[in-house]
Amino acid sequence: MEIDALARCFGTASCLVTQLTSGLIIGMLLFLIASGVTLIFGVLNIINFAHGSLYMAGAYAAWTLYQVTGSYFLSAAGAAAVVGILGVLFERLLMSRVYGSNVLMQLLVCYAVVLICDDLVKILWGPSYLSMGMPKEFRLPPYRIFGGVVPPFYLFMIVTAMAIGIVLWLVITRTRFGKIVRAAAINGPMVSALGIRVNLYYAAVFGLGSALAGVAGALAAPVRSLTPGMGFSILIESFIVTVIGGMGSIGGAFLASIILGMTRAFGSVGFPLFVDGVMFLMMALVLIFKPSGLFGRAQG
Amino acid sequence: MTGRWRDLGWAGLGLVALLLVAVVDARPAIRDFIMFAMAYGLLAMSLNLLIGYTGLVSFGHAMFFASGAYAFGLAMQSGHFSVPAAFVFAIALTAALALVVGAICVRLNEIYFAFLTLAFQMLLYNLILGWVSFTGGDQGLMGGIPRPKFLGIDLADRLQLYVFCSVAFVICMVIMRQIVTSPFGYTLRLIRDNQDRAAFLGVDVVRVKLVCFVISACIASVGGILLALFVSGAYPNFAFWTTSGESIFMIMLGGSRVFLGPLLGTIILRVLNDVTVVYTSHTELVLGIVILIFVLGLRKGVLDLIADRIETREQQKAFSQRDAADAGKAS
Repeated sequence: MEIDALARCFGTASCLVTQLTSGLIIGMLLFLIASGVTLIFGVLNIINFAHGSLYMAGAYAAWTLYQVTGSYFLSAAGAAAVVGILGVLFERLLMSRVYGSNVLMQLLVCYAVVLICDDLVKILWGPSYLSMGMPKEFRLPPYRIFGGVVPPFYLFMIVTAMAIGIVLWLVITRTRFGKIVRAAAINGPMVSALGIRVNLYYAAVFGLGSALAGVAGALAAPVRSLTPGMGFSILIESFIVTVIGGMGSIGGAFLASIILGMTRAFGSVGFPLFVDGVMFLMMALVLIFKPSGLFGRAQG
Repeated sequence: MTGRWRDLGWAGLGLVALLLVAVVDARPAIRDFIMFAMAYGLLAMSLNLLIGYTGLVSFGHAMFFASGAYAFGLAMQSGHFSVPAAFVFAIALTAALALVVGAICVRLNEIYFAFLTLAFQMLLYNLILGWVSFTGGDQGLMGGIPRPKFLGIDLADRLQLYVFCSVAFVICMVIMRQIVTSPFGYTLRLIRDNQDRAAFLGVDVVRVKLVCFVISACIASVGGILLALFVSGAYPNFAFWTTSGESIFMIMLGGSRVFLGPLLGTIILRVLNDVTVVYTSHTELVLGIVILIFVLGLRKGVLDLIADRIETREQQKAFSQRDAADAGKAS
C-alpha cells in the first residue's frame, strides 16, 4: 500500500493539481459516455451494451479525419457527426427490431455489433495500437497552476465536456424537444397518440447519445492509445457511473463521473491494486442502500 | 417416478455413447472436440437454468466458469490438494462467490441484473489480469496443473481424463435434469412467467432466485474445472465478457425452452467456429453476422423451432381427428 504517498500528495499543491486535473479528464470522458447510456436508457428503456463501440468509432474516426484534414476541431466535430449517424442507423436497422422482445435479444444484438465493430476496426485500421499524438493546435507550453503542470489540451477537454453537459441539460429541461423526450420516457404510446412521431424521437435520442460517445472518443484520441476493444473497459465504468448516479439522470451521471474520476486519479497514487475494487464497492454500497442511485428515479 | 428412471436411462445411454466414441474412433481431434463441447456445454446448460427457466438474463456467467478453473488450478498447484479435494474446493469457492454476487444482483430488475453480473465478471477479469504474482496475469496459470493419481485413476492419461470428464459431465446433466423436473424447477418457471404471482403464492422469490443462481454457478464451475484439466491451465479469457456472450448465444442458438437446447447450441457454435477458422481469421465478424441473422431472422433456437413444429402438427392432427369424428356423427 502506498497510503503515505497519497497523504504526501495531498500535502503538496503541485501533486494535488496534477491529480485533480487527471481525475477531471477521466471523469469528463466517463460523463460523456455515461450520459449517452443514461439518456438512451431513460427514454428507450434499453441498455446499449454497444455504447463502448461507438466511443471507439469516434476515436478512430477522429484519428482518420485528423490525418486527412489536419485540423483537430474539424475532426472532432466530424467524428461526432459520423458516430451520431452510425447510432441512428444502428437504432433504425437493428435495435428497433428488438424493442418489444426480452433483454436477451437486445443483449445479443449488442454483442453481435460489438464483435463486428471490433473486427471491422482490425480490418480497416489494423490490430495494433494507434496514437494520434497531441494535435498541433494544442502544442503550446503547459499552464502552471500552483506548481502543477496542466497541458492546455486537458483544460480544453474539461471545458468542452462541461459545456456539452450544460447544453445537454438545457436541451432536456428547457426546449420543446426535451419536453417531448421526457414525455416519451414516461409514456411513449401516449405521446404517440398525441400525434407526435415517437419513433423519430427515439432515433434522435439514440443518435444524440451516440454523438456524445463520438465526442468522447475524439477527445480521448490525443491522450489515449487507440486499440480495437478499447470501448469495453470504459463501458463497464460508465455503467458503474450510471448505477451510482441513477439511471436516466444526467446530473447524477455528472456527479458520479467526477467521483469515479477522482477515485481513479488519487487511487492510482494511493492504492493502485484496489482502484477497481473500490469503484465496485462504491457501486455495491449504492445498490444496497439506495438502489435507484443518487439522483435516480425509482426502478422496480 | 417413471420419468426419473427414463431420464436416468437416457443419461446412461449418453454416457455409453460418449465412451464408445473414444473407443471406436481414437482420433484425438474428435475426443478434443467432445471435451471442449462438454466443458462449454456445462457453461451454457447451467446458464440456461437462469435464462431459460428463471428468466434471469445473466451476462456474467463466465465468471463462475473462470473461478472454477482458477480455484482448481491454484489448489492443485499448491500441492496440498488431491484431485477430488481440489474439485470440491473449487466448487465451494465458486458457490461462495456466487452467493455474494447473487445477493447483490438477484433483487434488481432485468436490465440492472444483466449489466451488474457483467460488471462483476469484469472485476474478476481485471483481478486475474492485475494480480500477476498469483494468477500469472495475461499469460494464464503457468507451469501446467499437476494431476496426481487418486483411487487408481491417472488423469495424466488422455483416455482416463476423457472418461473422468464424461462421467462428471453426465452427472451434472442428471443433476440439472432433476432440478428442472422437480417442484423447485416448476417454481423457477413460475417466477419466470409471473414473479408477482409467485410471491402471492408464498414463494420467497429472492431466496429461490439466489439458490438457483448459486446452483447454476456451481455447475458452470464444474465446466471450468473440466476445461482446466483438459488444457492443463487456466486463462483470463475464461473470465472475459465474450465467453459469457458466447454462452448466451449458444442458448439462443440451440433453444432455451428444450432441456438439451443449449448443448446443441454449444455443438453448433463450436463446429461453426472450427469451420470459419479454416477460411478466415475474422471469426468475430462471422460470428457477429450469424448472431444477427439468428436474432433478427429466425428469432428462435433450433430445438425450439422443432418443438414448435411438432406442437403445431399435433394440434393439427387433433383438429383433423375431431373434424373427422364430427363428420362421422353428422352422416
